[in-house]
Amino acid sequence: MPTPASLDATFQALSDPTRRAILARLAQGEASVMELAEPFAMSQPAISKHLKVLENAGLISRGRDAQRRPCKLEAQPLAEATGWLIEYRKYWEAQFERLDDLLDELKRLEAMAGKA
Amino acid sequence: MAFGGPLRISTPSDTEILTERDFAAPRDLVFACYTQPPLIKRWLTGPPGWTMPVCVFEARAGGRYRYEWHKGDERLAMSGVIHTITMPEHIRSEEGFDQPDTGGMSQSLVDFEEKPEGTTVINRLTYASKALRDQIAATGMADGMEMSFKNLDALLVERKR
Repeated sequence: MPTPASLDATFQALSDPTRRAILARLAQGEASVMELAEPFAMSQPAISKHLKVLENAGLISRGRDAQRRPCKLEAQPLAEATGWLIEYRKYWEAQFERLDDLLDELKRLEAMAGKA
Repeated sequence: MAFGGPLRISTPSDTEILTERDFAAPRDLVFACYTQPPLIKRWLTGPPGWTMPVCVFEARAGGRYRYEWHKGDERLAMSGVIHTITMPEHIRSEEGFDQPDTGGMSQSLVDFEEKPEGTTVINRLTYASKALRDQIAATGMADGMEMSFKNLDALLVERKR
């Protein structure tokens, strides 16, 4: 069960489009800071600042290689943060599918009664 | 694509959850399904495996509603009181689950928007404070995201690759 503090850190880290793009890039594999900076037209220090936020939230980890220190996506906090939204949506989607069926039935009844 | 699902969900602020869903049916029918117990019982049936033996909905200002879902000895129940109800446009109410640690009371505003293709139901749930939001987070019902659900969904799909 995620703690409120860790969820806050995750959501706060995800609130920036650059950081979401970095995560999307890292979902395809590890990358160095230089490789990450390329598509963003951003300086390495600027990217490093975003990486620090992601690292503090536990969303990424940095490799031990002192020269390269490749960044790697850490899936767990992201999965925890998305978990509740996915469950919530699944629950309502299931209810609403039944509502769709019920509405079809009611429309047919109205048509039979000559209303629609 | 036909007018309909899937559900859209977002968290516009620290204390809100917003859901939107399109239904290919006239507004008066959708509103009836939300406000008449025999119809509510047909679709608001709870999580898989649960039944809804108790369904009360007094469709007037000051009216109360209660939904109770059962699965064996387990009980899940929600009660609310209606502040304003305007047929067939909106229902403003305050509601909460019986169980503790489920976020306390929340304000609910359900708007039924008439469209050429059908009806869009927009439900805005507002919790009392950030503290409550955190409580919800602790039960796996967190919010506080600034971004749309879609972005996260896409990220998750990529991650699963």
